[in-house]
Amino acid sequence: MEIKPPVPQVPPPEWEEVKDLQEWVKYRQERIDGDQTSQAFASLADRLEQFPGGWLMVTSTEKIFNWARKSSLWPVTFGLACCAIEMMATFASRFDVERLGMVPWASPRHADLMIVSGTVTIKMAPMLGRIYGQMADPKWCISMGSCANSGGPFRHGYHVVKGVDRVVPVDVYVPGCPPTPESLMFGILKLQEKVAQFQKTGRRSTPAPMAG
Amino acid sequence: MTAPVTLDLALTRIRETFGVEPAGEDPKRPVDARHLVVVIPVLRWVEFARFAKDALGCRYFCHLTAVDWKADGLDVVCRLENLGSGGSGLAITVKTRIGREASCPSLTGLYRGALWMERECYDLFGIRFEGHPDLRRLLLPEDWDGHPLRKDYAVDTPHPPYR
Repeated sequence: MEIKPPVPQVPPPEWEEVKDLQEWVKYRQERIDGDQTSQAFASLADRLEQFPGGWLMVTSTEKIFNWARKSSLWPVTFGLACCAIEMMATFASRFDVERLGMVPWASPRHADLMIVSGTVTIKMAPMLGRIYGQMADPKWCISMGSCANSGGPFRHGYHVVKGVDRVVPVDVYVPGCPPTPESLMFGILKLQEKVAQFQKTGRRSTPAPMAG
Repeated sequence: MTAPVTLDLALTRIRETFGVEPAGEDPKRPVDARHLVVVIPVLRWVEFARFAKDALGCRYFCHLTAVDWKADGLDVVCRLENLGSGGSGLAITVKTRIGREASCPSLTGLYRGALWMERECYDLFGIRFEGHPDLRRLLLPEDWDGHPLRKDYAVDTPHPPYR
């Protein structure tokens, strides 16, 4: 009788994170690319540029618009969890983001920026997308903290959205658990740099949110 | 104004009425605290709650939850407390074991506070409470599939596009 050496049974590796990433990339590719409103403005600017001397008007108005946009970013007050405490500290007198022209406003209709501060649950996600949809264009979104970035410590829970970028497009991710007010302010300054480039590129760097 | 229910009186009454031996909060130590743990069959669930409310003065429904023991079924656990002015401070944790797909009688007829507790327990464990007036989901969305605190609930169940 032939004696065979035992064959080691190595289980195939399970890369959960890579699987998640693949799902995410697939989901992102399914979304509509670009912002319809800013495309309309871009086509208007293109037509204006065809007139003699039109480029001078377009570029100078772009600069003025961008300066105005980035100097008065009004965030809608949308605190979800403990990150909201740090967000409130950022709004309060010690860190005082009002010197950057930010006024926390309790209406999405008047706001330009949504700071998603905290864990987004599956039950909350449609409301978050709805509030984001109620904001007037152009609008931006900061994902604040590990939970909003990727789900954080609750990533493998049964009820947590694995990153708020599955619901709304995110412009700046601020890491931390929770991020300090300095981190959030750094993210806001980065967003201001991004806003200053808004009309130059003519479109959003992230896809538009899903409908509904 | 009723007389305060002492621990010895409660022990005696539970023994002679239900024939079960109450345990202490810590099973390694003898019953000396005011916290009793009583395990009773599911058929006498409401009967014991009524007895605790009327005879032992446990009129405060503290909480109700469940424990999943996989193949052995589920434990429904509730805690009843005596907050009377007599100062006895008796608290009884009542447990009963039901099957995985079995139902449990509701305590809403005795305690109004059991209404949301049993809704939550139904929401997360999927235990059906017989006689509950409004057994809907409490915490999760109404279109949720499954009961997530059960051990056989797959946490990675797809829920597009969020998970």
